[in-house]
Amino acid sequence: MSGAAEARYSWGGDEHIFVELAESMSLRANFRAMAITTSLRADRPDGVLEICPANASYQVRYDPDVIEPEKLLGHLRDIERKVGDASDFSLATRVVEIPVLYRDPWTTETLMRFRDRHQDPDATDIEYAARINGLADADEFIRVHSGSPWFTSMVGFVAGLPFMYQMVPQERQLVVPKYLRPRTDTPKQTVGHGGCFGCIYSVRGAGGYQMFGITPAPIYDPSQSAPDFADFMVFFRPGDIVRFAPVDRDRYDDLVAEVEAGTFRIRSRPVDFALKPFLDDPDGVNTRLLEVLRAD
Amino acid sequence: MPIEVRKPGLSTTVQDTGRSGYYDVGIPPSGALDQYSLTVANRLVGNEPGAAALECVYLGPELLFTEDAVVAITGADLPPRVNGEERPLWEAFPVRAGDVLDFGYVKRGARAYLAVGGGIDVPVVLGSRSTYGLGKLGGVSGGPLVPGDVLPIGPGGGTPGRSLPDELRPALAKEIEVRVVMGLYDHVLTGAGRRGFLDTTWTLTPVADRVGFRYQGGELETVDRTPPFGAGQDPSNIVDAPYPIGSIQVPGGVEPIILHRDAVSGGGYMMIATVISCDLDLVAQSAPGTRTRFVDVTLDDALAARREYRQRARRVAELLA
Repeated sequence: MSGAAEARYSWGGDEHIFVELAESMSLRANFRAMAITTSLRADRPDGVLEICPANASYQVRYDPDVIEPEKLLGHLRDIERKVGDASDFSLATRVVEIPVLYRDPWTTETLMRFRDRHQDPDATDIEYAARINGLADADEFIRVHSGSPWFTSMVGFVAGLPFMYQMVPQERQLVVPKYLRPRTDTPKQTVGHGGCFGCIYSVRGAGGYQMFGITPAPIYDPSQSAPDFADFMVFFRPGDIVRFAPVDRDRYDDLVAEVEAGTFRIRSRPVDFALKPFLDDPDGVNTRLLEVLRAD
Repeated sequence: MPIEVRKPGLSTTVQDTGRSGYYDVGIPPSGALDQYSLTVANRLVGNEPGAAALECVYLGPELLFTEDAVVAITGADLPPRVNGEERPLWEAFPVRAGDVLDFGYVKRGARAYLAVGGGIDVPVVLGSRSTYGLGKLGGVSGGPLVPGDVLPIGPGGGTPGRSLPDELRPALAKEIEVRVVMGLYDHVLTGAGRRGFLDTTWTLTPVADRVGFRYQGGELETVDRTPPFGAGQDPSNIVDAPYPIGSIQVPGGVEPIILHRDAVSGGGYMMIATVISCDLDLVAQSAPGTRTRFVDVTLDDALAARREYRQRARRVAELLA
């Protein structure tokens, strides 16, 4: 059953328990976070206020006037033991397609404005990322970035922002540093990357990730006016599998017009995802995931 | 009927006790940073303790009342005036239709709470009327007040005259001690770094808002380590993780930041301690320049402090029932 390292528990003041499942990022650690928090949601003691799965850790906020901290800690340890290495855990999730205009004018304008905070002031973010990942040029970078799906390993920072982990073996992952000093501005719906994580900025604001492009797809809508947000103002959920689909400027403009007309929908299909088959044959599973996305 | 906003002040927002259940998608609790002052203001005007009120930071707003109302202002020493005439803090007083309420200069503290009988009746979003600015959600159009905003008042009037005894008003000091539970990633600090954190008198910088409070005062030594895969390059980086409300992060070992109720919900900076829940009110009233010591307490101490805080709130409820 095991094979998973023992989790590290820590108090976050009198209202939080923080649990680190692994120091390093891996899909396995993320899957354990998902499995444990899913189990906790199903068997949720009174007094648990927030359950937050993250990349390789999770956090619970609780009301100590309702549940004793030590008792909750014991409950979490029990779930950890039951979940084990999570290899038999399967997640009912979605595979979604996010159109991306890479090297768009808006993130390009922004990155030029903040060149003094960048490792390589003479290149664009995508040229820099291609070079340090040993890729020939920006075109090849785009092929790799959009060539395999990404697993939404955490939602947060600000409202609805997905952190995504590329579903390829570690040695094939794109890794880029964050800006030397964070920017004070990032366009809404920028597709970014920092460390091993991809992200989509849900709102305009500060940011430190490298910027590669922009999606016309809204992913956060507090007014809930667009059809994808009828039920909830945040599109992404931890566990969503994402494929970035490159589009050209004409297609991008068409999609923006659809968004403005209120007819745009993010393409999305339900899918069950299990860790073990993926780890045994990542490329095969990825091919099948993309087939599910294309099926009507 | 409603209140018209003539001048918004520096950053005035509608806040109640906040929302729960959406932190996993990056929506923090929000709500009044100083929860005690909010609930007292509400009790004074006869509201439920969690009714929505205005949180005014450093520089208060100028408001035109278009109906008779009862208001109370608590928290920072930000003296209210009605048509230019000073009114008391921590006491419910009447305002007539056509009156203009504004404020003098802040003397002590940072955040004042203005409750009005009936409460500020903006729409409830995800279970709360609180403004969450980064997510453009709640309050009036998702952000701080702007000139011309109109604030509806809920039903129920309240009676003027009730006031809070001095001994139940919080001290607003320029030197404070904030109790913390160490942990999270404090093992990334060396022993000297950990001692340095607790031995330093930190000074609050002007970077202090609803998201976080940033301090200066020294540099904390981190252990020599290769950051784990996915964390980034600085030895103080971690694989992006959830941030507890009240957690203290120290990017690069300098300038600790206390995350408050509009916190970014997660990220890649090591956190080394968490402010105990009842001392978040104390942090909320810190103005830039406040000298701050962090005092290490156990979880049991934190729970005892929490009980004391609850007792004080109960006394207020009994006195102002």
